[in-house]
Amino acid sequence: MAREAYPSVHGAPEAAPIDFERLVRDESTSIIVCCGSGGVGKTTIAAALGVRAAEAGRKVVVLTIDPARRLAQSLGLSELDNTPRPVVGIDTSSGGSLDAMMLDMKRTFDEVVLNHSTPEKAEQILANPFYQALSSSFAGTQEYMAMEKLSQLSEEAAENGRWDLIVVDTPPSRSALDFLDAPKRLGSFLDGRFIRLLMAPAKAGGRAYLKVLSGGITMATSVMTRLLGGQMLQDVQTFVAALDTMFGGFRQRAEKTYALLGDRRTAFLVVAAPERDALREASYFVQRLDQEQMPLAGVIVNRVQRLAAASLTSARADAAAEVLGEEGVDGTGSQTAALTEGLLRVHADLAQTAERHHAHVHRFVAGHPGIPVTEVPAAAQDIHDLEGLREIGAALSSAG
Amino acid sequence: MAGQQSTGTFAGTRLHIVTGKGGTGKTTVAAALAIALARQGKRVLIAEVEGRQGISQAFNVPPLSGHDERIFADKSGGEVYGISVDAKESLLEYLQIFYRLGRAGSILEKVGAIDFATTIAPGVRDVLLIGKVYEAAGRRSGSRRSGGRLVYDAVVLDAPPTGRIVRFLNVNHEVADIARVGPIKSQADSITRMVRHGTSHVHLVTLLEEMPVQETIDAIAELREAELNVGAILVNQVRNPLLTDDELAAISAGTAAEREEMVEAVQNDLVTAGVKATKVMVRGLFAQAGDLADRVELQRQEDAVLAAQGLPLAHLPALPGGVEDGGLSVLADCLAEEGIV
Repeated sequence: MAREAYPSVHGAPEAAPIDFERLVRDESTSIIVCCGSGGVGKTTIAAALGVRAAEAGRKVVVLTIDPARRLAQSLGLSELDNTPRPVVGIDTSSGGSLDAMMLDMKRTFDEVVLNHSTPEKAEQILANPFYQALSSSFAGTQEYMAMEKLSQLSEEAAENGRWDLIVVDTPPSRSALDFLDAPKRLGSFLDGRFIRLLMAPAKAGGRAYLKVLSGGITMATSVMTRLLGGQMLQDVQTFVAALDTMFGGFRQRAEKTYALLGDRRTAFLVVAAPERDALREASYFVQRLDQEQMPLAGVIVNRVQRLAAASLTSARADAAAEVLGEEGVDGTGSQTAALTEGLLRVHADLAQTAERHHAHVHRFVAGHPGIPVTEVPAAAQDIHDLEGLREIGAALSSAG
Repeated sequence: MAGQQSTGTFAGTRLHIVTGKGGTGKTTVAAALAIALARQGKRVLIAEVEGRQGISQAFNVPPLSGHDERIFADKSGGEVYGISVDAKESLLEYLQIFYRLGRAGSILEKVGAIDFATTIAPGVRDVLLIGKVYEAAGRRSGSRRSGGRLVYDAVVLDAPPTGRIVRFLNVNHEVADIARVGPIKSQADSITRMVRHGTSHVHLVTLLEEMPVQETIDAIAELREAELNVGAILVNQVRNPLLTDDELAAISAGTAAEREEMVEAVQNDLVTAGVKATKVMVRGLFAQAGDLADRVELQRQEDAVLAAQGLPLAHLPALPGGVEDGGLSVLADCLAEEGIV
């Protein structure tokens, strides 16, 4: 749908749309990361890009994290697991392919442990209660493992050439960019002073070492013991001791993934809805990505209300509906007056929504000059099949 | 209570836990619920735990802190207080109260112990977050012995989204394997008693779309399994068809000639009402009404799925002007009219 569908606003800054055709076709883009707050349609956008790129000849894998298995629904698959599987129904005549997978965070974490330690150590770690809790419920684990999986897929792609484009759908994080912070956070925890403190007795042969610690730190440990219970700290100690050999591995991997995200072959897409809160979140994403010098390709504003009768404003439609309504009361109206009034009321609501959406997007564009923005029209139906995804892909590409 | 006695299904509920899939308007509905309660003369606390500052935005007040402050007053005498609970702040406060830790608190912070407890240690973060809500819900004016009354008549918790809600509320299960003893463990036990109590309810906010409805149904099953009381399903952004089925049939059915006649009739009506209407515009209006009818039909199907859950159901209208434009008040009225509170 054309941009002219908007009522024109004088002096409105225009944002250039994102060049999706280049993004999905250009071989120099090998990773696309879709981020944004929950419920804005990230997964659908990621899947739509995957389908479009695959049908344009790219060899694509889409990685989704969401436990609601939305991508599975969008792609018509009944089950996704930790292994990429081919999506059925893709037009492969251009030589492309599409695989999709859903992240199993616990399994991914287990694999990292298994690949980086001896079988005995691995067994010790996997059985540790603290590890079990950390790997299945820590809020940042999902983000950390998503990035770990991205690293793995990227390595696999480089080795065997199975894929030349990885599309990642990020978890709907508690705070905007947990997936950027999580590797560092876990890394800083594992390398941190608190852990060294807990490790100290074991490393330095017990109490002698403790004596050189200041009273304050001893007190800190004792407070933590009282607060969390000695058992928990003991579990952490055992966990960290078993993990010791992997320390370097973890940190290195986190750093490598971070570098991969900042690479020029990566493109970040921030997905938002044309609402106040979602666009505020998007602003935050854009700023954070900029701070971290991550390559932002642009912002997608999803589900923007479009009008089929765009030349009529909501105020005019409302006024005309009033006139027809009064005629109806007076009994002077035509036979179709009630219908026409209804049509005008439908239009007035839609036009008001469209005007509001436009105002929000306009404000966002004005606040972020130079950042490409692409709008995707709201669909009348839910998207849950390849055809729907193709339409979204076409809408993305034609927005320019 | 100064206001009129409410007959709403959840009038006796003290802790309203509001969850929903991302993007369904969970925070907006939680805010509207707090206003609806305040209009009955109640003193209400609304708490957020994800540091989003969504509540201050909904109420259009400056950002909230970790201490309750008044953000809304109703002429009935009812009030809404808001708080944005921060895990780190709660832990430091907790340590201060129970251990009188001045200096050691900052050492804990420096060595990363506070970060460890609030971000890495599984479940501890959630215990701290709900712990603060627990404390506020049970707070009394004056001493307990002198029989001081509860400070808040009701607490509304803008909780994490459906995907995380059970894990969030089920803190006891989360910390049980980790902290078997200690204050965190006993705090978790108290919290579990509170969230499972008969006066606590988890309300689910959803849209009438496939995925949010599916997630709502999944969440209901999980909540029940975790022995949590499911409250109402609050359906947000419901669209009204605005046209009767006969009118919709008139513009979509019939022969091409009949439809063309319809276009002309509507065009004439529009001209009479002062709109310079073209046939293209009229066809556009028909198309929009058709799209809306499709959407409404989809809503009907999803609504039937929700109705089959046998839970109290309330419908809140889509607001073309957005919630910014006095919408919160409209939604609060709806919640009362639909018999929720």
